[in-house]
Amino acid sequence: MLGKLSWDAIPFDQPIPMAASLLMILAILAVLATVLLKGWGPYLWREWITSVDHKRIGVMYGLLALVMLLRGFTDAIMMRSQQALAAGDARGYLPPEHYDQIFSAHGTIMIFFVAMPFVIGLMNFIVPLQLGVRDVAFPVLNSISFWLTAAGVLLVNMSLVIGEFAKTGWLVYPPLSELAYSPGVGVDYYLWALQISGAGTLMTGINFTTTILKLRAPGMGYGRMPIFCWTALASNLLIIAAFPILTATFAMLLLDRYLGFHFFTTDGGGNAMMYINLIWAWGHPEVYILILPAFGVYSEVISTFSGKALFGYRSMVVATMAICMLSFMVWLHHFFTMGAGGDVNGVFGIATMIIAVPTGVKIFNWLFTMFGGRVRFTSPILWSLGFMCTFVIGGMTGVLLAVPPADFVLHNSLFLIAHFHNVIIGGVLFGAFAGYTYWFPKAFGFTLDERYGKAAFWFWLIGFYLAFMPLYLLGLMGATRRMQHYPETDWQPLMIVAMIGALFILAGILCIALQLYVSIRNRVALRDRTGDPWNGRTLEWSTASPPPPWNFAFLPHVQAPDAWWRMKQAGQHTSVPGAERQWHAITLPRNSPVGFFISFFAVISGFALIWHIWWMAIIGIAGMAASGLVHAWRIDSEIEIPAEEVAAFEQARQRSAAT
Amino acid sequence: MHDASDGHDTLHDHAPGGGRHTRGGVRTYLAGLGFAVVLTLASFWVASTQTIWGPSVPVLLAALAIGQMGVHVVFFLHISSGPDDTNNFLALAFGIFIVGLVVFGSMLIMSNLNSNNMTPMANGQMQMQR
Amino acid sequence: MSLVDTLTTPAEGDVPLSERGPAAVDVVVGFGFWLFLLSDIVIFGSLFAAYAVLAGQTDGGPDGQHLFDRANVLIETGCLLASSFTCGLFSLAIERRAAAATYLWAAVTFAFGAAFLGLELSEFIRMIGEGAAPTRSAFLSAFFTLVGTHGLHVTLGLCWLAVMVAQIATLGFRPHIVRRLFCFSLFWHALDIVWIGVFTIVYLGAAYA
Repeated sequence: MLGKLSWDAIPFDQPIPMAASLLMILAILAVLATVLLKGWGPYLWREWITSVDHKRIGVMYGLLALVMLLRGFTDAIMMRSQQALAAGDARGYLPPEHYDQIFSAHGTIMIFFVAMPFVIGLMNFIVPLQLGVRDVAFPVLNSISFWLTAAGVLLVNMSLVIGEFAKTGWLVYPPLSELAYSPGVGVDYYLWALQISGAGTLMTGINFTTTILKLRAPGMGYGRMPIFCWTALASNLLIIAAFPILTATFAMLLLDRYLGFHFFTTDGGGNAMMYINLIWAWGHPEVYILILPAFGVYSEVISTFSGKALFGYRSMVVATMAICMLSFMVWLHHFFTMGAGGDVNGVFGIATMIIAVPTGVKIFNWLFTMFGGRVRFTSPILWSLGFMCTFVIGGMTGVLLAVPPADFVLHNSLFLIAHFHNVIIGGVLFGAFAGYTYWFPKAFGFTLDERYGKAAFWFWLIGFYLAFMPLYLLGLMGATRRMQHYPETDWQPLMIVAMIGALFILAGILCIALQLYVSIRNRVALRDRTGDPWNGRTLEWSTASPPPPWNFAFLPHVQAPDAWWRMKQAGQHTSVPGAERQWHAITLPRNSPVGFFISFFAVISGFALIWHIWWMAIIGIAGMAASGLVHAWRIDSEIEIPAEEVAAFEQARQRSAAT
Repeated sequence: MHDASDGHDTLHDHAPGGGRHTRGGVRTYLAGLGFAVVLTLASFWVASTQTIWGPSVPVLLAALAIGQMGVHVVFFLHISSGPDDTNNFLALAFGIFIVGLVVFGSMLIMSNLNSNNMTPMANGQMQMQR
Repeated sequence: MSLVDTLTTPAEGDVPLSERGPAAVDVVVGFGFWLFLLSDIVIFGSLFAAYAVLAGQTDGGPDGQHLFDRANVLIETGCLLASSFTCGLFSLAIERRAAAATYLWAAVTFAFGAAFLGLELSEFIRMIGEGAAPTRSAFLSAFFTLVGTHGLHVTLGLCWLAVMVAQIATLGFRPHIVRRLFCFSLFWHALDIVWIGVFTIVYLGAAYA
């Protein structure tokens, strides 16, 4: 009746997961109770849960990412403290089977449920505004994408309470992840959570590629598109090309585990190396899916706060698209040591180094953008400067690892861990924070507190160096990754330094939380009435903050790159009707609960499949199909905003900006 | 404005597939069907016949398959290389590029790994010999 | 979706395509679905890659040359090709908004698709009966997954077609229904393209595994 599910699934005997899950459940209950008691339910349902507005969905993605950052960071600090303790004969406080789940969950959560939602959230919020249009190409699909991601998040967090998570590392390499060696539900949690959220990500990729290529304000030719849109385009193209590989690979592993197929098994002619080949054919482009939009953020931030147009716009576009293509030609460098010949290793090593060229072009473009500009040192630009210094180090250690003979020494060591945290924290996360601080006033109408913002930056920057520079050294000394304990007491001092670094990062995270709290409390003082607090250059700054549901009362007509800058110089305004123009009604997509319902049933079927509860899986799948069918018969898919409402909003905005 | 009912007389962006009176028509589909049938039969004939030099058969099969895919793309999906089809065509080219990289890259890498590792699965015959 | 009303409307024809503002809904939907199809083709690409790597790994079990029945595959191919052609006629009937012809060609397309599926299923059942189940060897796992995924797509396509016929019957030829119908025809033609790869590489190429 309940498949593999029984009371044994709940880890009553393990205090740490029990306490963590209790805390999580209490937090969820507290939030639910607040919502119910304050009567926020209908508002949330109407304005957020069923919303198909790209801005709302973007904000929800961002919130999801910030919450999951806390979860992923909890795992991180547990690992760092375990390694700071467990030297020599000491065994620390985390038993191996728990430690293995922690490092697997940390990697999975940070990549799929922090970095991805953060980047996708920024794209959601900004891309249509920068393109000067009213929504994405498929607004309802966008809502489905978000809720499927949330479904994956829910499943991963359920594994904390019911059952276990994978103990196999964040990419569940077979044969370890095969049923013979991982008979528990951990790998199944991983696979179904990522299949469900991966479907959502793929839809996002399709949605945004279509939006950028087909829906741009009049006059916005490809040469006039903001650079963030270009990087978003490259990132979404990569999603379309890479995520299907992930889906197919996971499907093969699922068939192995559920139906006894022999793709990656050790018997029956299966080949585990093929999994590693296919997963990295997705995995390497994935790195660029994350970092390219971050590059876009830095470009916008640096150009805005230097008060100059981006240096080498065309070279930036070419470099972005070159990275997009090249990123698909280097995946073997993740398994140099798996036994390919010197010739094949050499080809992929050189291809990897070639990627450094367009990346270097970008670094120089950013430097030259600042050169001769009047740089305002706000926290977004601090994040960008911190990124440039840090990322260059990460890039260079990456080139080191791209040399196959060096990789034979360094692979699977803490050097590798240091390298990819160097590029992901120093690249993606700093970019996400820069974008978050930069665009927050656009989303909410008030700026974030600068003092806490700068404090957060410095804590993160110092914390990053303290936490990861020792890992480079430890890697060179021979420390491997994923160690629950180690015999070399010589390593302990550096491990303790790394632990202190993690504490600095904790302080950075606290500053970000406090910044949000303080800024909301002081929102009246921090209010921005102009809609353009930074003297911006691109179209998102031409509309109100927060933008009305229709974004632009009139679609702007773009005549040059940095369209808003040009308009400001020409004294134009996008929300003011000219002499010959009238306010008019605007049609917008109507809200839809279909995304929420599909994801609700996706969680049910995912949970049922994990626990082999077949009747429940059938109900879940039937529920998804039924939700889709009901939606398919919907006719009134649009609402009309009357001209008076548009006029009233825009006139009130002009009055408020004038005061 | 940019209504769906816009005339097709001027150069226009458009979607792949049907929906354009100027391009479709029974004749196009009939031509596509004819070409596809001929190419399919040719493929099956090439694979079965003894009259063709053996090593050339895989090459011929590949050429026929690619030709038939082209027929489907042009006659059934109505993709052309014209300027109004640029996005559709580029997207298709990108897809083919990725599929080619994944398929041929995997084959190259896996055969290289297998031959270097000499695992039992690297070589079916070896396992049978044991 | 009139997300469109511009400040100034420049004379069309003088302006490059990329600067004309948001594209028409038909174009947006068609292009989005086209991208979905490409992503689907990448899924098949991964499965083809797996098949190409594992085709020789029979683990002492039966291989393709002894299992596959070319005559059956030729008939399957014929069914699929015929349904692709009738799907084209279906699209033409939709363009004319001819309800009777639409239903007729939908039924014929469905019938050919179902016949294909029946043939494929009977082949699978025969193979499993001969001891060539997907659990027998890596080659058979890859074969059943690749061909089965195509079959699954055909199955979903048939469901979709049935739903679309119901939508025409209840909602008529509304613009958004017509757009979905064109997406369906794209999907159906794309499955045929995948099948060309399947019969060439899997069935005709079995001798070269």
